[in-house]
Amino acid sequence: MSLYSFGLDPVSCHAWNKDRTQIAISPNNTEVHIYQKSGKEWTKIHELTQHSGRITGIDWAPISNRIVTCASDRNAYVWTLKDRVWKPTLVLLRINRAATCVKWSPLENKFALGSGARIISVCYFEKENDWWLSKHIKKPIRSTVLSLDWHPNNILLAAGSSDFQCRVFSGYIKDIEEKPGPTAWGSKMPFGEMLLEQGDDGGWVHSVCFSPSGNSLAWVSHSSTILVTDAANKKTVTQLKTEYLPLLAVLYLNETEIVAAGHDCCPYQFSYTGPGSLKYIGKIDLPKQNSKVNMSAMQHFRNLDKRATTENENTDLETLHQNSISQLCIVEGDRSKVTKFSSVGLDGDMVIWDFKH
Amino acid sequence: MSKATTNVDFRKVDVDQYEEEKYEDDAVVDDGVTGPNDAEVQALIAKGRLADALQTVLSTPPIASKNPAVKDKAAQVVMKVLTAFKAADIDGAIKNLDQNKLDVLMKYIYRGFEMSSEGNGAQLLVWHDKVFAVTGLGSIVRVLTDRRRV
Repeated sequence: MSLYSFGLDPVSCHAWNKDRTQIAISPNNTEVHIYQKSGKEWTKIHELTQHSGRITGIDWAPISNRIVTCASDRNAYVWTLKDRVWKPTLVLLRINRAATCVKWSPLENKFALGSGARIISVCYFEKENDWWLSKHIKKPIRSTVLSLDWHPNNILLAAGSSDFQCRVFSGYIKDIEEKPGPTAWGSKMPFGEMLLEQGDDGGWVHSVCFSPSGNSLAWVSHSSTILVTDAANKKTVTQLKTEYLPLLAVLYLNETEIVAAGHDCCPYQFSYTGPGSLKYIGKIDLPKQNSKVNMSAMQHFRNLDKRATTENENTDLETLHQNSISQLCIVEGDRSKVTKFSSVGLDGDMVIWDFKH
Repeated sequence: MSKATTNVDFRKVDVDQYEEEKYEDDAVVDDGVTGPNDAEVQALIAKGRLADALQTVLSTPPIASKNPAVKDKAAQVVMKVLTAFKAADIDGAIKNLDQNKLDVLMKYIYRGFEMSSEGNGAQLLVWHDKVFAVTGLGSIVRVLTDRRRV
């Protein structure tokens, strides 16, 4: 478990490069900062400043080493490293509202972008004209798309939206890939086809994540619930109402273990073993050291003078993060067996957590 | 510029009605549940079977009803049950409720806070405290986010 503080500003989003020696973060403004690991410290090596609106999503494709960023200025850029400088290429999104989230597909030949225009843009590179084009998924999304995740087969796309629904669409682009075979989610998958629409009692869907095999889909909602849909079992939905504040990010650690984190500032572990059995396992956090030091009479008096109390009131939270966790990312291990994952939060800290299976 | 600067009527125009793709909330379908049977519940209270009365009112909340009068009446019945409890019995009654009923109970407790009436406040706060000890912050968040209002 290691913590690194990137300053006082919240970290809105982060992405790792392939060997996890570099991290791209945005300190809640219009810039993306890339840090290089040097021992225990991180040093800033690049600043990407093309956007004019607050950065809302960053994703770093490990194999092709390209970064895609999206912001509230309704634009997205794909950055490629040329001569040790990151050069941006504008993506033609054709949206009229802010972009909210972006994700490279597993094969990195396309990426999906959610926006406040109630549209998902699936963007791919067109060689003839040397630009990035986008195809839109509009129906039946009725409000801002808050989160996206790709299925391992590179075709299906899960989207969580603030119209309280979690949906699975087909992102199949026939210009760049072959027709997909049938999956547990469905067999006919033309572009934009909706294969699942599942709602909650009324919470915005903050985050979605496919399991490593792609057969189940977990999502967290603002109504403090975590839900899992199982395609292998007739798409039955299992719901767990938690007693915590709403969760904002969810991640599968292996086929059955799920970690989720949010406004309670610490990651929680859940386990899904089949329809009807979604259980809360426990917190993943360092127990706070008990800081009861024997206070001298002088300190007692000082406390009484300053704060009208003799107690040693520590106002820090008991968790490692001191503010909500906004995003979780895999650091070590592949999707089917994650041994380390990272969390960033509104306190400006990045924590790398270890997980034993 | 000097003309009509005091006219602020434009602020009262509802611009959302002109939005073509306005979000219509159609999730809740009226399934005809009209709330607990008043007479039956009164009988249970009179007999002192308060835990049973609580189970009855929490299993038939008129959540889907579009008629505000139905909801008001049901809320009144629930208030009667909640105020009839003695503080010591509340724990026992809560133990027998499942997660869904606890969420509905929390919704009614907040409804009770809304319909502020004399003397109810203290009893409702005791209820709130006990339910919160079992269900935590999650149930309060669900009261705020759930579109099926009680």
